Amino acid sequence: MKMITKAVLLMSVLALAACSNKSDFVGDDVVDLNAGAGSGFDDGANDPTSVAFFQQSVGDRVFFEVDTSALTGQGRLILDGQTRWLTTNSDYTAIIEGHADEQGTREYNVALGERRANTVRDYLVSKGVPSSRLRVVSFGKERPIEICSQEGCYAKNRRAVTVLAAGLSG
Amino acid sequence: MTLRVLMAVVAICVLPLTAWAQNGPLRIEITEGVVEPMPFAAPNFVPESGAANEFAERLARVVVSDLAGTGLFREVPRDAYIGHITSFDAPVQYADWKAINAQALVTGAVNVSGSNLSVKFRVFDVFSGAEIGSGLQFAGTTQGWRRMAHKVADQVYARITGEQPYFDSRLVYVSEQGPKDKRRKRLAIMDYDGANVQYLTGSEHLVLAPRFSSTGDRVLYTSYETGFPRIYVLDVVSVKRRELESQDGSMSFAPRFSPDGRTVVYSLARGGNTDIFRMDVSSGSSARLTSGPAIETAPSYSPDGRRIVFESDRSGSQQIYIMGANGGEAKRISFGKGRYGTPVWSPRGDLIAFTKQSKGRFHIGVMRTDGSEERLLTASFLDEGPTWSPNGRVIMFTREAQGSAGSASLYSVDISGRNLKRIPTEGGASDPSWSPLQR
Repeated sequence: MKMITKAVLLMSVLALAACSNKSDFVGDDVVDLNAGAGSGFDDGANDPTSVAFFQQSVGDRVFFEVDTSALTGQGRLILDGQTRWLTTNSDYTAIIEGHADEQGTREYNVALGERRANTVRDYLVSKGVPSSRLRVVSFGKERPIEICSQEGCYAKNRRAVTVLAAGLSG
Repeated sequence: MTLRVLMAVVAICVLPLTAWAQNGPLRIEITEGVVEPMPFAAPNFVPESGAANEFAERLARVVVSDLAGTGLFREVPRDAYIGHITSFDAPVQYADWKAINAQALVTGAVNVSGSNLSVKFRVFDVFSGAEIGSGLQFAGTTQGWRRMAHKVADQVYARITGEQPYFDSRLVYVSEQGPKDKRRKRLAIMDYDGANVQYLTGSEHLVLAPRFSSTGDRVLYTSYETGFPRIYVLDVVSVKRRELESQDGSMSFAPRFSPDGRTVVYSLARGGNTDIFRMDVSSGSSARLTSGPAIETAPSYSPDGRRIVFESDRSGSQQIYIMGANGGEAKRISFGKGRYGTPVWSPRGDLIAFTKQSKGRFHIGVMRTDGSEERLLTASFLDEGPTWSPNGRVIMFTREAQGSAGSASLYSVDISGRNLKRIPTEGGASDPSWSPLQR
């Protein structure tokens, strides 16, 4: 990868982080980006071409309001970052996983998760990511990451996660 | 996996014992709503051989459990017994059973020869002093002893209520282990009362919502073993399975058999839209039954196979609709406040069971097929996924407990709304599907 591209990418991510109010996936202290997710050990997160960087610095997921697949403004910003990263790192493909919170019936939530994943896919494609590099899957309410039964947990479970896979681009 | 146990299908032959049938006045009219359960006695069966001793009490216990478990019957405590049944053919001393206020008396005898086990039984109306119906004998194997007890209880239930029974039936369901964020799921099958659990799949891949065929020989389910949800059909006896629907770039789920077992109706999601399709099981040819951008899922056939009830959010929220088996115009039947999903047509054809979400609570309910006479049977943090007993009197469903430590359990409830109870399972359990009555 050209160094200039990397530098541009890094700067755009820093800019994104600066205007983000979600601290979960973008470090609070943008200057301390080299520390990764605060873990203190080198998991590759300081390499902007790494999967760890994509997950932690670009942001691998967007969140949704209750029973909707509409993107939020924050979600669009994350997906713009994903688009830039995927455009730069063109040897990655991705599976977009759609999820729902537990407030809903099983089948409906599978369908809702599929809607969410496709909303993300459609957005990325509209911004120039080739559709051949993207697949979607829904897990409905089967794979929560937070397990309390309050809105604070539900809000994190209503998500679409862009999961990278290397070298499968055809 | 202990498949051999599963494959040991018990052959049960039914032989009439006596010809003198008499319909006593003893009767429970379920439709009128039973408030006070009928007291009954079911003493240990009479062992007619030495090897039968170990089954004498176990058989009676299962009969008692089946009958009392309906909420329509109440066992008279055994320590109240005055009379004792020591001979199956000796005349019943009705006064002994009247004195302890047992309105019905079930007597039985068991004979064991090698691995063969035979059971005979009689039912008596204690207060009119007459046998109800005639005695029957069931022959099977010692391994299948519980089935014979269920057969006896089915006969007693049918004779006293006039309803079709449901005890000799099974459930296929999803067995669950682990916390909510690391839950492992596998398919399991068991007797309707939780006994004789067998696992049909491993838990390495997520599986959802198994559904019996109307003869109980096959199970449809959704598995993520390819990484994407796809529908599989599993033969219950051989436990062999095959992928049913394998369109690339799509997800398929929520399958159910048609009553004749030849067609599967299911949901297919693609491009952000979920529609209902049907597939011919033998040819694999499929046809789209709904179109449009809404989520259409959870289809279920009417017992005559001519209509399909399903849920759609085409109105803006989940509601229940009915369409013809070939698709076409659908009629909305749910109009109450809240969201309605997972409709299931009753085996009698008269009711639709559903999941309702309203004001942050979940309910299992029933309504007539035109949407009238909606009744909510349960309320909790999360109830969903009803399945009907073979006789259409009882509904089983999934209840998920709230919070970080929450797990799923199977519950059943009478369509009157009474007799809510948990079905015992090893670990968590969800997505039950009730088999037809076994033959």
